[in-house]
Amino acid sequence: MKSEFTLKLERCKGCGICVSFCPKKVLALDTLGKVYVAHPENCIACGQCELRCPDYAIFMDKLKPAKEATK
Amino acid sequence: MVERTYEKFFRQNRLPHLWCPGCGNGIAMKAIVQAIEKNPNFTQDNTIIVSGIGCSSRASGYMDFDTLHTAHGRAIPFATGIKLARPELNVIVITGDGDCTAIGGNHFIHGCRRNVDLTVVLFNNNIYGMTGGQASPMTPLGKKATTAPYGSVDRPFDACKLAEAAGATYVARSTAFHVQHLVKMIEDGLNNRGFSFIEALVQCPTAYGRRNKLGDPAKMMAWMRDNAVMKNVWDKQPDDKKIGDKFPIGLFYKAEAETYDAAYQHVKELAGGAAK
Amino acid sequence: MSARLMQGNEAIAEGALKAGVRFFGGYPITPSTEIAEGMAKLLPQVGGTFVQMEDEIASMGVVLGASLAGKKVLTASSGPGISLKQELIGYAAAAEIPVVIVNVQRVGPSTGQPTAPSQGDVMQARWGTHGDHSIIVLSPWSVREAFDIAVKAVNYAERFRTPVILLTDEIVGHLRENVELPAEVEVYPRRKPKISRAEGYEPYTPDEDLVPNVANFGEGYHIHVTGLIHDETGFPVGSPKITREAIKRMHEKISRAEDEIVEVHTEFMDDAKFAVVSFGGTARTVYESVLDARKRGIKIGFIRLVTIFPFADKIIRELSKNLRGLIVAELNYGQLVNEVERAVRGQCPVKLCAKYDMTIFEPEEISAAIDELVAEVSSIRNEELGIRNDDSAEVK
Repeated sequence: MKSEFTLKLERCKGCGICVSFCPKKVLALDTLGKVYVAHPENCIACGQCELRCPDYAIFMDKLKPAKEATK
Repeated sequence: MVERTYEKFFRQNRLPHLWCPGCGNGIAMKAIVQAIEKNPNFTQDNTIIVSGIGCSSRASGYMDFDTLHTAHGRAIPFATGIKLARPELNVIVITGDGDCTAIGGNHFIHGCRRNVDLTVVLFNNNIYGMTGGQASPMTPLGKKATTAPYGSVDRPFDACKLAEAAGATYVARSTAFHVQHLVKMIEDGLNNRGFSFIEALVQCPTAYGRRNKLGDPAKMMAWMRDNAVMKNVWDKQPDDKKIGDKFPIGLFYKAEAETYDAAYQHVKELAGGAAK
Repeated sequence: MSARLMQGNEAIAEGALKAGVRFFGGYPITPSTEIAEGMAKLLPQVGGTFVQMEDEIASMGVVLGASLAGKKVLTASSGPGISLKQELIGYAAAAEIPVVIVNVQRVGPSTGQPTAPSQGDVMQARWGTHGDHSIIVLSPWSVREAFDIAVKAVNYAERFRTPVILLTDEIVGHLRENVELPAEVEVYPRRKPKISRAEGYEPYTPDEDLVPNVANFGEGYHIHVTGLIHDETGFPVGSPKITREAIKRMHEKISRAEDEIVEVHTEFMDDAKFAVVSFGGTARTVYESVLDARKRGIKIGFIRLVTIFPFADKIIRELSKNLRGLIVAELNYGQLVNEVERAVRGQCPVKLCAKYDMTIFEPEEISAAIDELVAEVSSIRNEELGIRNDDSAEVK
């Protein structure tokens, strides 16, 4: 996993923009129509989801590689 | 999570905003605050956000500055009054295609003509969204609206050409898909001394997209991706490539001209009241 | 200051300036243009700003923006231009923005008779904009008073945070008189927040006088101003209770100060059995006719409304108790007369003396109306007393 997601679900309206533009199909909408991280292991930390979220509901932070993090 | 510094520009207690799921206005509003954040001369205390009436114009209520939600079409005159009364303030106008080019059309061209130091961001969703989907002067030919059930026969405005012809000194266009580009276009507009105009094409999946079978919000944004052509590429293309839905984005025009408030300062000097 | 010959429109510009107006937005229209011309010359001399806008709507918008940015503001127009301004006069009422709008009345409707005097915008001044709003309307009858009323209008706009209409007419606007203007006038300063943002400042929390202390833009309060019905925070609320309270407060902030705002100029009312009600330029002719009638032995009084709205209900009702008849003289088809009748509540007959032909009243026309009223009332009283006269002899 190269990334960490923060979801503000009270803001999510389930428009599906993040799901559609994710190049690795990491995201999906749940039965209530809100976003969830279905396949975090596939995330390449491109940030397309956060970039185009019109509701500021999804935040993606790139995680530093382990060796860098220990510095 | 690393703090998103632009979030401080939003009135947190007013979010989530009222726009429909997938509406592009939220993307454009965030682009504005991200552009503001890049400019140290624009603070929350010295920047005034002025809007008209319509979906776009509800943005002012979410932004943590002094904000003014005016009447339909009238944002530019109000903004002009603020700027001329206190030239040291930064004034940003948020408007829509109906607000700016229909009911506010006269104010728009005269704001450009005077070169008042405003940055005007037009959220172009091609429709009157707030009232449920009536045709605007920027609804493309043939597209359906509640007041154009057989397709619009009204030739649309190119607001960027209009702004340039009327005297604006910075004119650019971007889209809700091209987020970083949109931020850059607004950022450069904020830096321009004079009337800066940025058209931000935004998707309206509810009142425009659905009636015209344009698909879900992501599909409408994919259309922007597939049809927007960067200005430098567009200019080199032969006319037979500039067809169909293709349209240019980027910086269209930039000029140096004295701003209205600077010009009026000379009037005060001539009249002997400059120091008062 | 020594005496100067000036016209009413110039005096309005001078008065507004003296009251602290530092911003004017306008559009040319006869017969108000001299106000804009005066401001274009005077404002930059004192560091103020004049801007000629693309139309009357923009003129109204630009002054409201400047007012929110902390300037005292004025705009001026006539008939059709005032109609265009009405949209944003409603905005000013709703968002409680101080602004003075001068209407130099001319003959309408529409382009009408653009250079001729009229008083046809009485009801437009009160009800011209949309919605359930309150407003203050003042009208001068001389050049000197035009100056004073301009000062008063600016002060009321600031004190009550409301649009104020300075309703004058072509007679007073273009009248030239030799006037001596005061060096200093009493000025009501812009209201300021009493607490800080950290202390929980809300821009639309009413003060004791029901008027909110809305901060100026650019002072760090981060206020939101909207034409939507809003609560004390300034943000729109879709609540029946908030809506009711907001509309009620907008009316009451003015109505509770009515006794102070309502100004009526009366003369010869102590022994009056009759009276003529008028305002603005028309009152000048009426005054002459009243003087003439008194010389002829008619006990007639003079009532001039300086404040047109809020209407002088209490004063007119009180005065009419002792009267046998009232005349309302106005340069229109009959507008103010309905307000007077309403206030009189049938305590005495109310007659309209109307004129709407481009020309101002001649004293003889008012005198004829006075004589007619006196004769009518006398014949009614004679009937009541059983005294026959020639006219009634045939009928009975």
